[in-house]
Amino acid sequence: MALATNQTERTAATTESVVVRYVLTGFALVFLTLFLFVPLVSVFWEALAKGWDLYLAALTDPEAVNAIKLTLITALIAVPLNLVFGVAAAWAIARFEFRGKALLTTLIDLPFSISPVVAGLIYVLLFGAQGWLGPWLAEHDIKIIFAIPGIVLATVFVTFPFVARELIPLMQAQGADEEQAALVLGASGWQTFWRVTLPNIKWGLLYGVILCNARAMGEFGAVSVVSGHIRGQTNTVPLHVEILYNEYNFIGAFACASLLAGLALVTLALKTFVEWRATQQHKGDAVPLEARARLASAH
Amino acid sequence: MNLFNKKHSVLPGFGLGLGYTLFWLCLIVLLPLLALVLKSSELGWQGFWETVSTDRVIASLKLSFGASLVAALINALFGFLVAWVLVRYSFPGKRFVDALVDLPFALPTAVAGIALTTLYAPNGWFGQYLEPLGIKVAFTPIGIMVALTFIGLPFVVRTVQPVLQDLEAELEEAATCLGANRWQIFQRVIFPATLPALLTGFTLALARATGEFGSVIFIAGNIPMVSEITPLLIIGKLEQYDYLGATAIAVVMLMISFVMLLLINGIQWWAGRRHGIR
Amino acid sequence: MKAFISKTVLALSLALSGTAFANTSILNVSYDVMRDFYKDLNPAFQKSYKAQTGQDIAVQQSHGGSSKQAMSVVSGLEADVITMNQAPDIDLLAERGALVPKNWQQRLPDNAAPFTSTMIFLVRKGNPKQIKDWNDLTKQGVAVIIPNPKITGNGRYTYLAAWGQAQKAGGEAKARQYVESLFKNVPVLDAGGRAATTTFMQRNIGDVLVTFENEAEMVAREFGRGSFDVIYPAVSILAESPVSVVDKVVDKKGTRKVAEDYLKFLWSPEGQEIAAQNYLRPRNAQVLAKYSKQFPAIKTFTVEETFGSWKKAMDTHFKDGGVFDQIYAKR
Repeated sequence: MALATNQTERTAATTESVVVRYVLTGFALVFLTLFLFVPLVSVFWEALAKGWDLYLAALTDPEAVNAIKLTLITALIAVPLNLVFGVAAAWAIARFEFRGKALLTTLIDLPFSISPVVAGLIYVLLFGAQGWLGPWLAEHDIKIIFAIPGIVLATVFVTFPFVARELIPLMQAQGADEEQAALVLGASGWQTFWRVTLPNIKWGLLYGVILCNARAMGEFGAVSVVSGHIRGQTNTVPLHVEILYNEYNFIGAFACASLLAGLALVTLALKTFVEWRATQQHKGDAVPLEARARLASAH
Repeated sequence: MNLFNKKHSVLPGFGLGLGYTLFWLCLIVLLPLLALVLKSSELGWQGFWETVSTDRVIASLKLSFGASLVAALINALFGFLVAWVLVRYSFPGKRFVDALVDLPFALPTAVAGIALTTLYAPNGWFGQYLEPLGIKVAFTPIGIMVALTFIGLPFVVRTVQPVLQDLEAELEEAATCLGANRWQIFQRVIFPATLPALLTGFTLALARATGEFGSVIFIAGNIPMVSEITPLLIIGKLEQYDYLGATAIAVVMLMISFVMLLLINGIQWWAGRRHGIR
Repeated sequence: MKAFISKTVLALSLALSGTAFANTSILNVSYDVMRDFYKDLNPAFQKSYKAQTGQDIAVQQSHGGSSKQAMSVVSGLEADVITMNQAPDIDLLAERGALVPKNWQQRLPDNAAPFTSTMIFLVRKGNPKQIKDWNDLTKQGVAVIIPNPKITGNGRYTYLAAWGQAQKAGGEAKARQYVESLFKNVPVLDAGGRAATTTFMQRNIGDVLVTFENEAEMVAREFGRGSFDVIYPAVSILAESPVSVVDKVVDKKGTRKVAEDYLKFLWSPEGQEIAAQNYLRPRNAQVLAKYSKQFPAIKTFTVEETFGSWKKAMDTHFKDGGVFDQIYAKR
């Protein structure tokens, strides 16, 4: 709701002169064009280099379809797991003071700094036939690596920090006053969480989920180590892309890559839609007032 | 929970929140990492040190962390700018631009690497104009920075954006009434409020960049001692079936990253307390 | 929650794999660029197997970097047969986990390699730099594209070919000198065979690309035949792609018979012909004669006769601190 009010209520006193606005917007757009837009265009360019027919053929190839299915399933399992974790972690870190907080935050960040290849390797060390749990798993005929559980585990690992790290700064900036007020007024913990906290953090949460999802679908390195690359079974879309590329099938590789970009765009379109719906619902809502009261008391 | 010496708060759910956090952290992150560290310890101290102190490894570590730092700084600067423009100004196609920001995550890193190389190679869309100026991007350390900037960009934008959105206009109005100009307001009101988020974004971009492999490998040139990143050395070890050597280098990377992240998170926590933002 | 998740995972894996395991199936773990070949070979094998036994058989494929794939099999990927591009990748299976016996290479004819390839040069159209043989690669101003020998089979074969031919001409010291000056002319060490091809063909970097003979055909299919010339050096290395049944897996799954038949089929006239069609040099003399037009005669040497054994070659040249690393440490 903050989004909607910010723009409508911004007055001459709280924005910059036209020149500054144009210059800043210009800089931002040039940067995005050079670093984001053009590389993306080049992906679609390569994918369509030999026409639509080949592009569509690459996407409807049974192996590609299987890869797409597996990628969606993986994201569908991995993202909710990290979502629950992210909210719990952000609640503990942003709402309470305790010793070792910086350490805990750092540990949450760690998966990002680990090379994806190593991320895959650690699961091989744990669950591989030569690994610690390998013999036990083989005895009980449980497959973790070179099967879907391994792919999901690796994906959860590489996307681990997203939701938590998105929420922590947001919740810290918002402060706990509203929740405290709700509790004082007699709401239960869960009620406070569902009615006060969640509505306040929902945009941050959504961003976190979208990022997490995008990364979950696009992850290559870690999944590559634990997947086994069995065609039609344990190949995700990024792995399929690599194989196509290595087989001198440039069109197919870039077609599948553009599909991943497309999937990300779909999630973003959904986000925009949800946002739009929310602003429609909240027109004339009392929440912005509440938010103002919150800030007034905070400062 | 006395262990954590929690300060008194009326809010419930500390035990649940922290408990679940620790449980999941241990399961997904700490246990596997422990396996990694223990595996590398099989080398013994001497072997470990010999593996990680060669010129090649040290040169690659310098390159990996140096390039990541530069990329994260570029991202902090431009990411903040992008977030600012997206939140505060309106221009045609804004929704579309907003949507684009996340794409570096969705694109498999290898594809990003290939696309960037296509652009920056001497005969590429950008490269053909840079080459006559004597600027070589692809197959040099600069190419590595370009790739790392690309993959880390969404972090800063997406952490700063929600915080900027939540800043209320009233504060700025009040500051204006008190006679502050826009720059002062930015410096004293807006920037301090977004600083924790900016630092978070910077940290994440940095962390992500240090371990990145897929996109860099295509644009780097991979010449030993010049443009060879550390993850490539790990792959090299694995190709020789040298698990131990690979885990040893991985552990060194892990430790450097850990210290670096801890430092930044420490600063952030401290700054947050000082500004009373917590 | 946990139970629910694990159940979901189980159900999903069953749903995904259910169709694939409807009948007997074997998994062929192979390396990257072999997909086209096995795409042609597998249906032919299925047909011949059905004709002989009346049984349907499914062949699943897994492709990736050769050594990486071998490592996956050691770590538990249940391959019935493994088809790699260099012997050390199968030796690994014997050394770790005893998945195959030590003498795996003697169980099948021709060093267990049903077909071979060799390293040749791709040059720009019209050969502007006049590159005819190995010695032209070390000339000043010639840029050579070779993938990283530390992490690609393609690069390793190129390195060994370069070393071997120089050693034949002038002994070990000469060979070292030759390889040193060769890598001075390499501007980019790509991380894969395909990446090197892209660097050469699309980025327009370098004057020569050293690659497998059969890859030249793939390059032609992708980039068009008119865009480059193929040069055969006077002498080159014999690249043998070995295959083996993974004993531990087939005994567990009870698929030994099928897996062995599958590999034998590679040596059948039909299998050999499919290999030749994919520009892999067949072992069968008759088939080779039939396709002799696409396989110009070239003198080759094997890794074993020049370097003693694959293991020795790997240890001396590609191990950390080995000759290849020394070349770069010197600079």
